[in-house]
Amino acid sequence: MGMTMVEKILARATDRASVRPGEVLEPRVDLAMSHENSALVINQFQEIFKDTGLEAKVWDPSKLAIIFDHRVPAESAKTATNQKKIRQFVREQGIEKFHDIRGDEGGICHQVLAESGYVLPGYVVVGTDSHTTTHGALGAFAFGVGATEMASVWALGRVLNVEVPETIKVIISGRIPPFVSAKDVILALIGKITAQGANFKVLEFHGDTIRRLPTSGRLTLCNMAIEAGATSGIVPPDEETLRYLHHECGISGLELDLSPDPDAHYAEIVELDVSTLTPMVAFPHMVDHVKGVEEAYGLPIDQIMIGSCTNGRLEDIEIAAHILRGKKIARTVRLLVFPASYRIYHQALDRGYIKELLEAGAVVMNPGCGPCLGVHEGILGDGERGLSTTNRNFKGRMGNPNAEVYLCSPAVAAASALTGVITDPRTLDLPEPQSLP
Amino acid sequence: MAKVVLVLGDDISTDHIYPGRYMATVLPNETPQYALADYPLNKKLNTGQIPPNSIIVAGENFGCGSSREQAVSALKGWELIVIAKNFARIFFQNAVNLGLKLVICPTIEAEEGDELEITETAVINHTKGKEFPIVPIPATRQAIIDAGGLIAYTRKRLLEERRPTY
Repeated sequence: MGMTMVEKILARATDRASVRPGEVLEPRVDLAMSHENSALVINQFQEIFKDTGLEAKVWDPSKLAIIFDHRVPAESAKTATNQKKIRQFVREQGIEKFHDIRGDEGGICHQVLAESGYVLPGYVVVGTDSHTTTHGALGAFAFGVGATEMASVWALGRVLNVEVPETIKVIISGRIPPFVSAKDVILALIGKITAQGANFKVLEFHGDTIRRLPTSGRLTLCNMAIEAGATSGIVPPDEETLRYLHHECGISGLELDLSPDPDAHYAEIVELDVSTLTPMVAFPHMVDHVKGVEEAYGLPIDQIMIGSCTNGRLEDIEIAAHILRGKKIARTVRLLVFPASYRIYHQALDRGYIKELLEAGAVVMNPGCGPCLGVHEGILGDGERGLSTTNRNFKGRMGNPNAEVYLCSPAVAAASALTGVITDPRTLDLPEPQSLP
Repeated sequence: MAKVVLVLGDDISTDHIYPGRYMATVLPNETPQYALADYPLNKKLNTGQIPPNSIIVAGENFGCGSSREQAVSALKGWELIVIAKNFARIFFQNAVNLGLKLVICPTIEAEEGDELEITETAVINHTKGKEFPIVPIPATRQAIIDAGGLIAYTRKRLLEERRPTY
């Protein structure tokens, strides 16, 4: 019997001819990513080495990536002190894939990893962040782990006791209509299979929609695989993957030597036709409370956020600029835009999008996770309603348990900024957006 | 025998268990003060009203969302036990790694104040006079628990491999 993408990657990472779901393995890790929670990883890492007589050195510093993004610049003395401690560790261990708070190479970890070419098809990637699933977009088996598990990886270079997950095949077909995007596709899918529909399993994406979807959209799709509980999302690599890695990261000479076998066994097959998909909105306080935007139409919004590891890419800022160009956002709403990385920030500057957004009344923030996890840079007030292109709307998620968060695409967010109420961008009589050159 | 101190529904996320606004606090000896910060139980924990081995009962998908380990260390710090219908993957693994006691009990029925007994195969609700079967923890994860958590487990492996210092 054949193997799925993740089974093939795990077989390769353990030097086996084949693996089956349920088998327990110790796969080698190709990339181990962490952010500010490296402070805890360092603590646990030093605990592992305590009284062993061994020097606390990571197994391979070239395979660690540390990116500051969750609270940048530091929102508190505690964070600043933790960041200082991490910088010291980075120097001591010789970690080169370190992205500090810098306007040339900083950004949100998942965007920085992808655009820096740190993730290649077939890699095993672990990250101390649940949205590590994002990197499945490049054909890697990428999953979130806790800080102690990461400390174990830093010590051994392998993940211990990994059970080969079952895979759900997701076949997405049809052309995505104008003003509808990968975000709407993944929201629709989560609405269909629920927030725990893929718990302990992998979502492997197939279908003509995926083949046409640029890597930016695939990153959005795999990013939110975790919101269905998935261990990882994964897109079998193709010509588009090679194009992205060449164009964005200057990597060439890669071969497409990994794809799922035609007779691979899947736990389940889920099909989704997106040719008539409409913009979607996830209602509070669960990401699977998904409805068409028309059901949320007219709800007044206090704050709108465009950004995050889900939707802070150039395409996302472009559609927002397209919708807001030459117009003003409603006086009743605050619009915060967070490019996902400084590379994207620079590209958006060069294309004039940042100026257009500012002129429309948006506040353009520094790349980072910002208010997505409720730490700083845009906490909601009591009784306020937020609309956000982020990935979670649990009660209290944006820093206040007495506020509500609705999730949507950048197009819905920008359209709603114009009116101050949740709005379907297709009703604004705008020209169809041109895709990026 | 231990008392149920909180009953929760489905999809309790790590944001509920340990809100993001406290995530700058990372060390396991500092996180417990913020356990379930937005629930009245937090105050009871911090004022010594909840004895160790008290039980939280929850529905499906407990611990969904973020990978933050604080959600586990905060509950572990008070030696709480979580019985849920099922757990989200990362939270489950983190609990195994840190030694937070979890019980998978798909049919559990309990109310606050009920007295429960957890055996190897079942949760017995003595208040209600009912018994609910539990799903055993997979052997590979049990091995980490038996070693005293992932730090001890990894340390053992590290020494077996006799990794030279350099």
